[in-house]
Amino acid sequence: MDNNWLYIGLFFLVAPLIPALAILAPLFLAPKKPNKIKSQIYECGIETYGETWIQFKVQYYIFALIFLVFDIETVFLYPWAVAYNSLPLFAVFEGVLFIIILLAGLVYVWRKGDLEWV
Amino acid sequence: MSDPINLIANWLQGLLLGLGLSVGLTKIILSFVGAVVVATIGMLTVIFLIWLERKIAGRIQDRLGPNRAGPYGLLQPFADVIKILTKEYTTPDGADVVVYNIAPIMAVASVLLIWAVIPFASTVVGTNLNVGVLYIMAVGAFGLLSILMAGLSSNNKFALLGAFRSVAQLISYEIPMVVSLLMPVIFARSMGLVDIVEAQMPWFIILSPLAALIFIIASMAEVNRAPFDLMEAESEIVAGFHIEYSGMKFGMFYVGEFLHVFTVGALVATLFLGGWRGPWAEQYPILGLIYFYIKTFVGYFIVAWVRLTVPRIRIDQMLDFNWKFLTPLSLVLLIITAVLDRVLVLVNSERWVYSLVMFLANILIIWATVEVLKKTTSKPKRKEFPMRPVAMAPETSTSTEPSS
Repeated sequence: MDNNWLYIGLFFLVAPLIPALAILAPLFLAPKKPNKIKSQIYECGIETYGETWIQFKVQYYIFALIFLVFDIETVFLYPWAVAYNSLPLFAVFEGVLFIIILLAGLVYVWRKGDLEWV
Repeated sequence: MSDPINLIANWLQGLLLGLGLSVGLTKIILSFVGAVVVATIGMLTVIFLIWLERKIAGRIQDRLGPNRAGPYGLLQPFADVIKILTKEYTTPDGADVVVYNIAPIMAVASVLLIWAVIPFASTVVGTNLNVGVLYIMAVGAFGLLSILMAGLSSNNKFALLGAFRSVAQLISYEIPMVVSLLMPVIFARSMGLVDIVEAQMPWFIILSPLAALIFIIASMAEVNRAPFDLMEAESEIVAGFHIEYSGMKFGMFYVGEFLHVFTVGALVATLFLGGWRGPWAEQYPILGLIYFYIKTFVGYFIVAWVRLTVPRIRIDQMLDFNWKFLTPLSLVLLIITAVLDRVLVLVNSERWVYSLVMFLANILIIWATVEVLKKTTSKPKRKEFPMRPVAMAPETSTSTEPSS
């Protein structure tokens, strides 16, 4: 068992290493002649106007909130699915009830009009 | 002879032990070599995939695709690599340099990490993690993080807009994906990918075609490919989150995307198409490897095909499609699968009865969904304006008279 996690741990070292090496290679191969105009921020060919940190739509935030509820609750379903054989009938219907409550929550949000992109 | 990969591994282990290294250190070195080999194969596959995708794109769009460099343009990706390696890096003014540079590394690493748990053949497995499916979901979330980091650190409005859109899209489509992945877990009674492959008798795409479909659609959104490539929509926000990246840093985002599509193919193959299963795959593991790659390319081809056929959708359509269609559908599918599974196990049904009932239930859900959609599909909410003539004809009273 610990051997499994050793492999995963080593993978966490190797996986960033390969793209990092690929990114470091051009430091020796590519020219480097920075100047002021080259490092300007791109914006349709004109000079940047105003702040980058613009206000954003509140809908992005609302969708992130809805997601949070759903994602946390679906994670609870994984152990339920793995132990499905050893579950008593009662637990199965508890699980189904849980999903139905999730669905009801979705319907509520839908009826409230929070799923509309206005 | 039937299993060359393990032969090499055993030879290497014998060699290292022969050099007088301890057993623990040998294990670490072997794991390290395995990780490097798997990651390198992943990266090299991408070079081939870029050529393949451009060739498929050419065929589907009725043109030739790359055909100049080498036979059939096979050397084209190498030319691209050389070009991109010798391109200058530009860092935009006011960028958050550390985050800006880590983002492309993370984009690739997040995808490579998924390859740690995929079983390539009956004896060639990275590692049989008992929480494999959960691990895939957790590691996949790093990809979203890399897009966010790139968008926020570039100090560019287009990049920021791309990052906002990625939040709305990637997190939304994660829910149907997570729920559809529950179906293989229920069938196999395990989250380990090795156990899931071994339980596939018959393949899970027969037991639950709808789950496979939902998974592929949600995955397409996760890898932000057309029709879901809103966060890098060329015609709206130029390039989205990677607008300020140049040279190899951009190349890493590109590689990450291709590798992610290939990984989606691998996941479809593992979870729904039986992984390395096929005739004589257990006696000859190398055959299993070939089956696995063929199935992976089937998944890859489907994603590429859809990308090249369907136009990009609007952001409200994208969100509606997820929240009002995919999410409720996947939850309903989960309820029905769970209840049916319990009932069929209770009555001790045979394997083929179980498969048949599951398949018919899926077909029934698809049919019901289509019927409901037919009834409720609303006409596009667009105001009808009366036609206005483009050029007014001159008033009849004045124009009819001929001028003297």
